[in-house]
Parts: sequence; C-alpha cells; structure tokens
Amino acid sequence: MNVHLILFLAFGAVAVAGAINLLAQTHPINSALSLIAVMAALAGEYMLLGAEFLAAVQVIVYAGAIMVLFVFVIMLLNAGVEERTQGSRVAFLFGVPGVLLGSILLGWVVLRHSGTESVAAGALPGDPKTIGQLLFHEFLLPFEVTSILILIAIMGAVVLASKPPSEPTRKVD
Amino acid sequence: MVPLSYYLMLSGFLFACGVVGFLIKRNIITIFMSIELMLNGVNLSFVAFAAHWHALAGQVFVFFVMVVAAAEAAVGLAIILAVYRTRETLNVDQVNLLKL
Repeated sequence: MNVHLILFLAFGAVAVAGAINLLAQTHPINSALSLIAVMAALAGEYMLLGAEFLAAVQVIVYAGAIMVLFVFVIMLLNAGVEERTQGSRVAFLFGVPGVLLGSILLGWVVLRHSGTESVAAGALPGDPKTIGQLLFHEFLLPFEVTSILILIAIMGAVVLASKPPSEPTRKVD
Repeated sequence: MVPLSYYLMLSGFLFACGVVGFLIKRNIITIFMSIELMLNGVNLSFVAFAAHWHALAGQVFVFFVMVVAAAEAAVGLAIILAVYRTRETLNVDQVNLLKL
C-alpha cells in the first residue's frame, strides 16, 4: 500500500459513495449535491494522474458553473420529492441479472486483459502550458468549431428559456 | 502505482450508475444529472488512458467533452424550463407528448 494507491482508494470511495447516493436520494437537490461530491473526487483523481489543469477546470467548470446551473433550475422550478413509479416487471426480471452478468464480464475482461501495468502518480504532466500549446496548434480547428457550438448553444438556450410573446394564449385541449 | 484497471473499473462504475439513474429516475432534472455522471465516468477513462499511453491528446479531448457538456446543460435546462412552463410537472411519465 503506497500513498498513491491509498489516495486513489480514498477519492474513489468518495466518488462511488456519491454516485450511489445520487441514485438513492429522491429529492433532486440532494442528488445535485452528491454529484458535486463525485466531481470533486474526480478532480482529485485527475490530480493523481498528473492532469493538474484538468483538475482545476473540473472544479471550476463542472462543479462550479454547470452544477450551479442545475441547482439554480431546481430552485427556480421548486422541484420537490419525486414520486416513484413501479417499473415494468419484465425490465426488473431481466435487468438485474443482465446488469450483474454484464458487470462481472466487464470486470473480468478489464482485470484479465489490461495487464498489470500501473499508472505512476503524475505520469503525464498536463500543465496549462503544454495543454495550451496542444490546444492551439494541433486542435485549433476543433477548438474554433466548439466556439461556434457554444454560440449556438447560447442562442438556443436564450430562445428556449425566454417567455413566448404574449400573443393570445392557445387553449390546451 | 495504481493499476490502469482500477481506474477503468471506477470509470465503468460511474458510467453504470449514470445509466441506472437515467433509467430508474422519474424526475427530469435528475435524469439530466445522470447524463452528467456518465460524461464524468468517460472523462476519467480518457485521462487514465492519456497517462497510460503518454498521449496528451487524451486530456485535450476531456476539454472538448466538458465544453459539449456545458453547452448541453445550458440547452437542456432551457428545455426543462420550457417543459415545466407548459406542463407544470417535472415527472417524465407525464411528459409523453411532444406537442400539447
């Protein structure tokens, strides 16, 4: 047990607990908070892998901006406890064994065939300088295309979320 | 030294939790959060493979995934607002028609 493995297990335990808590909670705000815990734990994992800039961006963009948007919408819509509905019995009957079988198969394949190669702590330093050089030289075109995507997303969000003009309200039938 | 398979198992578990949440949750916002969980699981395997193969491009791809996730969150939450405005509910069982 070295320090790297202990840290990995600690952050991984937080991530797993957060993911399970997201499923277990019925109130969306609790789910959102556990998702923030998962993202913070993943930022720690990125740090262990040496992706320090990604870890910072994960906290700022994901746990910060995106989750604030989620929490904002939850509070705006005053979302309450969700009512559980019974799923179809066939799905339950085949879903649970299917999930068990699939996860056992996946775990076996991953453990068996990914070998015993380990990833050293900080194996690949992803500091802002090297990331930036890569981003603005080799990935310049995708970078520009994503800026257009962001622009379209902004316009779409504004159009969708803005109130429709107060024309004669159509009656819902 | 942590084996690569541990990272992959954690990533796969997070993705699986996202899929399960997507299927069993009934609140449209929670379903949306499950999608974010899936994206996070994929990101972790991107970074782990980048460190394993010493290819920094994997980390750049995570950036693009984050950008797309941000755009998706903005548009998706706007759609949720529009759905709530017309239907007054967040339960996906009651949202089964595209047009009222």
